[in-house]
Amino acid sequence: MRGENFKVVKTYEEINEKIRKGEAVVVTAEEMIEIVEELGVVKAAQEVDVVTTGTFGAMCSSGAFLNVGHTKPRMKMEEVYLNGVPAYGGIAAVDLYIGATALPENDPRNEVYPGKFEYGGAHVIEELIAGEDIELEAYAYGTDCYPRREIKKLINIKTINDAILCSPRNAYQNYNVAVNKSSRTIYTYMGTLKPNFGNATYSGAGQLSPLMNDPFFETIGIGTRIFLGGGIGYVAFHGTQHFTFNVKRSKKGQPMEGAGTLMVVGDMKQMDTNFIKAASILGYGVSMFVGIGIPIPILNERIAYYTSVRDDEIFAPVIDYSVDYPSGNAKPLKYVSYGELRRGFIELNGKKVPTSPVSSYYKAREIANILKDWIKSGKFEISRPAETLPAPEPNVKIEYGERRG
Amino acid sequence: MKETSTRLVLHFPKETWDKPVIYKLVKDYDLIVNILRAEILPKMEGSAVIELRGDRKKIGEAVKFLRNLQIKIKPLELDIFREDEKCVHCGACIAPCPTNAFYLDKETFKVEFDKDKCVGCGHCIPACPIRIIYSAEF
Repeated sequence: MRGENFKVVKTYEEINEKIRKGEAVVVTAEEMIEIVEELGVVKAAQEVDVVTTGTFGAMCSSGAFLNVGHTKPRMKMEEVYLNGVPAYGGIAAVDLYIGATALPENDPRNEVYPGKFEYGGAHVIEELIAGEDIELEAYAYGTDCYPRREIKKLINIKTINDAILCSPRNAYQNYNVAVNKSSRTIYTYMGTLKPNFGNATYSGAGQLSPLMNDPFFETIGIGTRIFLGGGIGYVAFHGTQHFTFNVKRSKKGQPMEGAGTLMVVGDMKQMDTNFIKAASILGYGVSMFVGIGIPIPILNERIAYYTSVRDDEIFAPVIDYSVDYPSGNAKPLKYVSYGELRRGFIELNGKKVPTSPVSSYYKAREIANILKDWIKSGKFEISRPAETLPAPEPNVKIEYGERRG
Repeated sequence: MKETSTRLVLHFPKETWDKPVIYKLVKDYDLIVNILRAEILPKMEGSAVIELRGDRKKIGEAVKFLRNLQIKIKPLELDIFREDEKCVHCGACIAPCPTNAFYLDKETFKVEFDKDKCVGCGHCIPACPIRIIYSAEF
């Protein structure tokens, strides 16, 4: 189906030429919904060049590589702490990796339940981006070429060689809706869940979400330039747990479960703490809010069709987080649409269950708009992926229906 | 008699932990007492959020009685405070809030805080992942 005869065919180069001339038509995924409804997919694909998307949610599988610069005498750091948070030193001399969920050794965890998790790797990352000094403490066994055994000093993002955000799994295509069927309150990475299906939480940008607008990864691939944490970043590879095959999909191709993920990289020195924020999640641990925005070039009317998807057409599985999810036997109790979720209630077993998000649609919208401005101003061009990510052939039937004005 | 109600944050010194304070409020001042939250532990300082309903004069006298026991009293409205400009509008405070004082504006998708609905239970404070909800009392 990739060789389909499209009525509209545009290339990356043509769109970039328009961006350079300041003539590109760029809209957000929210705005695209109405445009397609008004003009139909073919006309919309002719008129719109790029659709911008956004998401801002807690993404635990995040972290950063730092190169803190050589010491005198030289040192091959093995055991490393940043503001007391352990970093991974099992790479070259002064390279290290700080993971978002890492906790200081003296954090009480859940010993006082539910734990508060006031400080962790994500806080170190946020403070680095904010330009604050971080205390580096490192130990080594000493070698002939790297004799130094220990060091304690302040480092700052402005003076270290590199600070590269490199997250193995971000921007999940879709996500579970969490509920609690047990008789006690539980504290999860999906927030506080009240007993007996007392509430439901969700964490997806739905119609604004990057990978919902390109469900079969036809434009997003290795090397795609993106908005990452307020700066410019790139898709490095497919993320971990990228499972796009044999998943249930809705009418416009959007998966009805987690499905695709992205590994992303970007220079932290460009980033902004408005879009990278440490999160202390009660009873769970530390995580990191990451803001990501991805431009979708409208290469043909099928991509225009995908980007017209609205919250009512995107479905997420409702999963019990008290027994089913922790045991590893999660079966969806039901599928609900993002439209329902955002209206504030879902129906479950004949009961009206209030819903609330744990990710920010407000921020997702802000990111999609910033990316739109970047592209319109010519500062951000779209990029053809060096390689596409694993995904099935698209099997959607484009609805050409045009509304008569 | 002018009936009214008020919500108060009480801070108990160590010495009052075993005193029957609520009983006195009911018996001597004829008030309806609704305990919204309380943390009273043996020989330790404690705190409570209570709602008093009854005659305005009687409530005044009751407050005097509490003050005489060295209990510190503050009106509840001052209690929960959010640094609005730092909020990322994630929504994690919405579910733990028993009165819908935190709610999602369906147009802007900002999480708004309606202080009039707040009962000062404090559940939102540890639930906020970026720690921008505070209270002086808890």
